[in-house]
Amino acid sequence: MISSSRSLTRNLGNGVFLVFCWAATALALIALAAILWSLLKQGIGGLDLNVFTKSTPAPGSEGGLLNAILGSVMMCALAMLVAVIVGVLAGTWLSEYAKESRYGSLVRFLNDVLLSAPSILVGLFVYEILVAPLKGFSGYAGAVALALLAVPVITRTTEDVLRLQPVALREASVALGAPVWRTILAVIWKAAQSGMLTGALLAFARISGETAPLLFTALNNQFLNLDMRHPMANLPVVIFQFALSAYDDWRRLAWTGAMLIAVSVLAVTIIARLLTREQRRS
Amino acid sequence: MRTEDYALSVGTSRTIEAGPARTARGAALDRLFEALCFSAATLLLTALAGIIVALAIGGWPAFAKFGFHFFTTATWDPVAEVYGALGAITGTLATSALALVFALPLALGVSIFLVELCPTVLRRPIGTAVELLAGIPSIVYGMWGLFVFAPWFALHIQMPLMMAAPVGSIWEKLVAGVPNGANILTASIILAIMILPFMAATLRELMLTVPAQVRESAYGLGSTTFEVIRKVSLPYVRTGAIGAVMLGLGRALGETMAVTFIIGNAHGLPTSIFASGATIASTIANEFAEATGEMHTASLIALGLVLFVITFVVLALARLLIGRQVQA
Repeated sequence: MISSSRSLTRNLGNGVFLVFCWAATALALIALAAILWSLLKQGIGGLDLNVFTKSTPAPGSEGGLLNAILGSVMMCALAMLVAVIVGVLAGTWLSEYAKESRYGSLVRFLNDVLLSAPSILVGLFVYEILVAPLKGFSGYAGAVALALLAVPVITRTTEDVLRLQPVALREASVALGAPVWRTILAVIWKAAQSGMLTGALLAFARISGETAPLLFTALNNQFLNLDMRHPMANLPVVIFQFALSAYDDWRRLAWTGAMLIAVSVLAVTIIARLLTREQRRS
Repeated sequence: MRTEDYALSVGTSRTIEAGPARTARGAALDRLFEALCFSAATLLLTALAGIIVALAIGGWPAFAKFGFHFFTTATWDPVAEVYGALGAITGTLATSALALVFALPLALGVSIFLVELCPTVLRRPIGTAVELLAGIPSIVYGMWGLFVFAPWFALHIQMPLMMAAPVGSIWEKLVAGVPNGANILTASIILAIMILPFMAATLRELMLTVPAQVRESAYGLGSTTFEVIRKVSLPYVRTGAIGAVMLGLGRALGETMAVTFIIGNAHGLPTSIFASGATIASTIANEFAEATGEMHTASLIALGLVLFVITFVVLALARLLIGRQVQA
């Protein structure tokens, strides 16, 4: 028997430690459940057709989140368009061209730092270069700030999945006479596409809930506005403003908005996870 | 780089040179494509440099006017136009440090659970659930913290602690504050929940790099699970684990919305852990859009630069320590 050779204190210490590990995990799961439960409890009541068909109301009157939802979708879409192009190209450069070169390591390192840099500073930066000189908050500025947050995520995942592709694949393509750019476009990207899609989804999940960078770039707009040259309403900033207001109906809308954001972000994250699982299995 | 030098092997020591592109058009497109990729990578670098330069230029008036006093005064008075960063810096460091103290043991526990104890069937669902915790947007944490957690905390923890404190003791000073749950301690707890999944994920990846032979030898010598973790696994991943902690710290330092909701937003030096406070990020989030006058704006941007420098150092250290083997 193994246990008889161990002293009581060692077994006791081990037991306490194991219980602690179980408890820590339970605590994390409880926190997740508690947050989701509050969101559903407070948010589902306010969920009706008005939320999707009417713009943000004045306190006391009826309204919804239409302008905020549209603004968020437009800014996220534009940001993702820019971020995917820049991020995929940068990731490709790091994986296919830079390799272990000095400059490559520097870019890789700074990209990793950007990956967790405070998002509010990105907002300040975009304010300084776009909002202050052009004398106006705009949806474009918001989209640029979001894009800056998404690029490092896409760059990193692109580089990682491209590096996973076997050398033989590259050799085979070159041996057939394909130029390098075709090898990368038609063979390497193709082989890595589901991993790259996962990266894009994770980046999308990250930026769609970001509030801080939008506070002083896109600002907010009480009315429906589809012109990105002007301040635009967006879900996170509307939630921030409404949640901290003194009006009950505004707070209800804030909870509904928070639920919408959380549910969509979590859904996208889960889809991204399922994609990687399929890739690993094959 | 010339096309002929394009080395196709990636991540291996075998370097295979690509033959010259067959056609002039192919060669031209090759150069064009590489230039495109290169500019995208350089754009990233420019963005980071741009952030530093923009913050330095924007914050310069404040540094010029207040000089070193900017870092040593806690007064933040938009009416008198006197701004000092000490209060916000203290608030930032205090909340982040407390968050780290709460989150580190839990993150270790979660990662060890996932690697060593979890039944195989549950490993994936629980791992995903912890990742979801990382995916919840910061503003949702803020709302939950302010409307659900803070009232609960005030009623069940803060009030009893304040009632039980003997008059005149240090304890009483430490827990003094308005019992509404919006204070430095609750902000730290929310921060801890937010950084827990990041640290747990990195620690878990690190634990998986410990070779099975090493661990199994220790078990073979009769070690308990606790001893294997403490004396074999943890020392093996020590450097990376410190990096994981720094990564969590970096996240906590820059976290904005959740803290803005729950910290109470009071300027000046915090007097107790149950007092309201402010962090650099929360101050900028609250005041920047409505800043009164140039010096106010400049001081807020100067605060931003301070935050940038602190987080840059922390994150850079984290990345150096973790290395590239582990995805974070």
